Amino acid sequence: MTLNELLEWRDRARKAMELRLGEVPPSDPGAPFKRREVLICAGGACVSCGNAAVITAFRDNIAKRGLSDYVKVVETGCVGCCDLGVVIIVMPDNVLYRKVTATDARTIVEKHLVGNEIVTELLHTGENGEPYKSPGDMPFFNKQLKIVLENCGLIDPQSIGEYVARDGYQALGKALFEMDPQEVIQEVLASGLRGRGGGGFPTGRKWSIMAAAPGPEKYIVCNGDEGDPGAFMDRSVLESDPHRVLEGMLLAGYATGSHKGVLYVRAEYPLAIKRLQIAIDQAREKGLLGERILGSDFGFDVEIRVGAGAFVCGEETALLASVEGKRGQPRPRPPFPMQSGLYGKPTMINNVETFANVPPIIRNGGAWYSKIGSPRSPGTKVFALAGKLVSTGLVEVPTGTTLREIVFDIGGGVPGGHQFKAAQTGGPSGGCIPAAHLDTPLDFDSLQSIGSIMGSGGLIVMDETACMVDVARFFMEFCVDESCGKCPPCRVGTQQLYHMLTKITNGTATERDYQNLQELCNVVRSASLCGLGMTAPNPVQSTIRHFREEYEAHIFNHRCPSGVCRKLLTFSIDQDKCTGCSLCARNCPASCIEKVDGLKKYTIDSSKCIHCSACFDVCRFDAVLKV
Amino acid sequence: MTSLSNVTKGISRSGASTAPYEQALWQELSAAIEFYHHAPDALIQVLHRAQELFGYLREDVVQYIARELRLPISRVHGVIGFYSFFSRIPQGKYTISVCMGTGCYVKGADQILRGFEKALNIRAGQTTPDGRFSLRCVRCVGACGVAPVAMVGNDLHTNLKIDSVKKVLKAYK
Ligand SMILES: Cc1cc2nc3c(=O)[nH]c(=O)nc-3n(C[C@H](O)[C@H](O)[C@H](O)COP(=O)(O)O)c2cc1C
Ligand code: SF4
Ligand code: SF4
Ligand code: SF4
Ligand code: FES
Repeated sequence: MTLNELLEWRDRARKAMELRLGEVPPSDPGAPFKRREVLICAGGACVSCGNAAVITAFRDNIAKRGLSDYVKVVETGCVGCCDLGVVIIVMPDNVLYRKVTATDARTIVEKHLVGNEIVTELLHTGENGEPYKSPGDMPFFNKQLKIVLENCGLIDPQSIGEYVARDGYQALGKALFEMDPQEVIQEVLASGLRGRGGGGFPTGRKWSIMAAAPGPEKYIVCNGDEGDPGAFMDRSVLESDPHRVLEGMLLAGYATGSHKGVLYVRAEYPLAIKRLQIAIDQAREKGLLGERILGSDFGFDVEIRVGAGAFVCGEETALLASVEGKRGQPRPRPPFPMQSGLYGKPTMINNVETFANVPPIIRNGGAWYSKIGSPRSPGTKVFALAGKLVSTGLVEVPTGTTLREIVFDIGGGVPGGHQFKAAQTGGPSGGCIPAAHLDTPLDFDSLQSIGSIMGSGGLIVMDETACMVDVARFFMEFCVDESCGKCPPCRVGTQQLYHMLTKITNGTATERDYQNLQELCNVVRSASLCGLGMTAPNPVQSTIRHFREEYEAHIFNHRCPSGVCRKLLTFSIDQDKCTGCSLCARNCPASCIEKVDGLKKYTIDSSKCIHCSACFDVCRFDAVLKV
Repeated sequence: MTSLSNVTKGISRSGASTAPYEQALWQELSAAIEFYHHAPDALIQVLHRAQELFGYLREDVVQYIARELRLPISRVHGVIGFYSFFSRIPQGKYTISVCMGTGCYVKGADQILRGFEKALNIRAGQTTPDGRFSLRCVRCVGACGVAPVAMVGNDLHTNLKIDSVKKVLKAYK
């Protein structure tokens, strides 16, 4: 294919998508039905909510009503509001229906597609029950700015044509025929884009170092390991818009004089792997990967490598070892991968979201991008919102948006009348941000200054029922499990930290342990070989910094103020609520729940209780109390 | 119970003596190795395929892979031991993976795990005596927006509550 053919293809593909792009042709008054498209979310969460049955129901009912010539069903990538699955959008009316079931599908066909009437009861509603018709009406969407996610939820990720319709591969065409590699790098430098994998290294600088590395054998690697538990941005991009990542890698290849790419994806993401493979096959078939791309002299091809469940493989030197089929253990740097990486050749590693930002930067220019968001880390950032929020899912906002806007405006605040306590960013390398810092703008530098990190974009909100010591212990357990064991400060240190935190949560720690904990944090930070060990103390140090009183309550008063640490809780039964069902007594491993003489009530002998919480878990009447 | 009991019977492309089904598996594995041109750096990809085919990494399979990729057996075992995805012991018919990632943890995943442990009467990392279920913890399957979640095989179950445990299990009886 040539550049001209690509342009023609885009125009044709756009025409085919006109209903979705809002370029609605005048409707034919003689036609019995309006032409429409039904977009059904096929993102990971909606698949698990049973979107297959919904798709079948739409297809069947559309056929049954003779609408097949008028209505097209499209499976798109993730729309973003994962808690509302299965999500469908009817275009060009731009109506979003939520929690759609197979039965609802029939209603939508009858009422909306045949009757031209909106099905109000399937619309999402706001706090006071006001219905939202379009995604743009929902606070969840209207504060977002979508660049990386511009196609997510709009196009069919398995169709290269739909990506092309959205200016896909235009940046590649522009680079190959109108720009020399140095100019491509200049645009990326001018954009101010910083790596989205967590470190925030300026991408343009990385690319210019790589361009200077000796060739011709050089590798471009896309880091799709996304091991941070609580993050799913890269997964959604790979599943919803895989061609965008390929185009970003192609541009990196052209800019730096590299001809081979490797996509490293974690094994936990089978759907992403499948869709990427489809995308690669399509791009090869169209001559967008391989030799002489678009008739130029530039050749580039990529290959997928699947990880096997090791968090440390996100670290770049460990990742390279893993691609070579070895144990994924980091090694000291230098030499840096760009000096000696895959098979000893210069290798440049970027994150999925970093690559996904590049095509629009080349299309619209670096200056355009640099004006978005905070001046020192411009652009947008995708966050995966999870935890105690009314609306969870995937959001993209300009950098510098405050935590408050994300949690309360986009996320709708904390549900169930609970209080916001902290937001965790950066996963096991990050920290907890307390309510006092809700107005912190989210960018690399501001987050670092309050003891957390931007990380890759996981953002987990906790309410007052979370114990911060327990959260620190949770992350430390993660680091113990995931430490590759190569260097003792991390291998032994994280284990010791974990023991100390466990002692605190059990109420057996002394003041001495508390001091040791803080000292050991510094040792692990400064003496570990790779980023995993160096940042493992972050969750501990940030919670001590912002929630010192909680640590002290555990240590000095043997109390867990949030009622989480089981060993510090007293279990009892609320005699008013207990119905005497005996379920707790039958489940108590210590046999310490007895019937109260003469009454249909039960009571706990706390002297024998082993604090297993079984009674609390099983009681269906909220009669078991833990304080 | 472990794969070691298979050592003796499996050295030389052992498929010959076993059922046709087993032979088909060996052929598939051999095809995967061909696909990667016997390249030693494809080890992890080949192990994935082998585990998919055989359910776990049996000793005879491991030895075969080592030979075909011209790698010392110790290297292969080193890699298998390093990555949590690989298993050297047979798994139950259904593997239940309870997510213990942050998103799920703050929404009570530990309660869900305790629920499964209790209902199946095994601990995480074990398999029920009837070979039906294996239970394990995983770290984030990327569905944190609908936490807490568990996977049974490749099916994702979302927004779990303590009462959902029995319901989920029933679907696989
Ligand atoms: C323990 C550890 C885990 C990491 N995990 C990831 C990851 O899952 N995804 C990622 O893109 N980068 C991860 N990184 C950062 C990478 O090493 C690397 O800096 C990044 O991929 C570079 O891409 P960028 O410049 O586009 O950000 C991790 C680093 C460490 C130390
Ligand atoms: S810091 Fe931890 S993960 Fe990193 S090399 Fe050392 S032991 Fe391995
Ligand atoms: S399970 Fe609850 S209601 Fe039933 S006996 Fe125990 S405390 Fe009472
Ligand atoms: S916490 Fe456990 S041991 Fe204590 S009363 Fe409840 S079930 Fe029995
Ligand atoms: S934490 Fe469970 S899916 Fe992410």
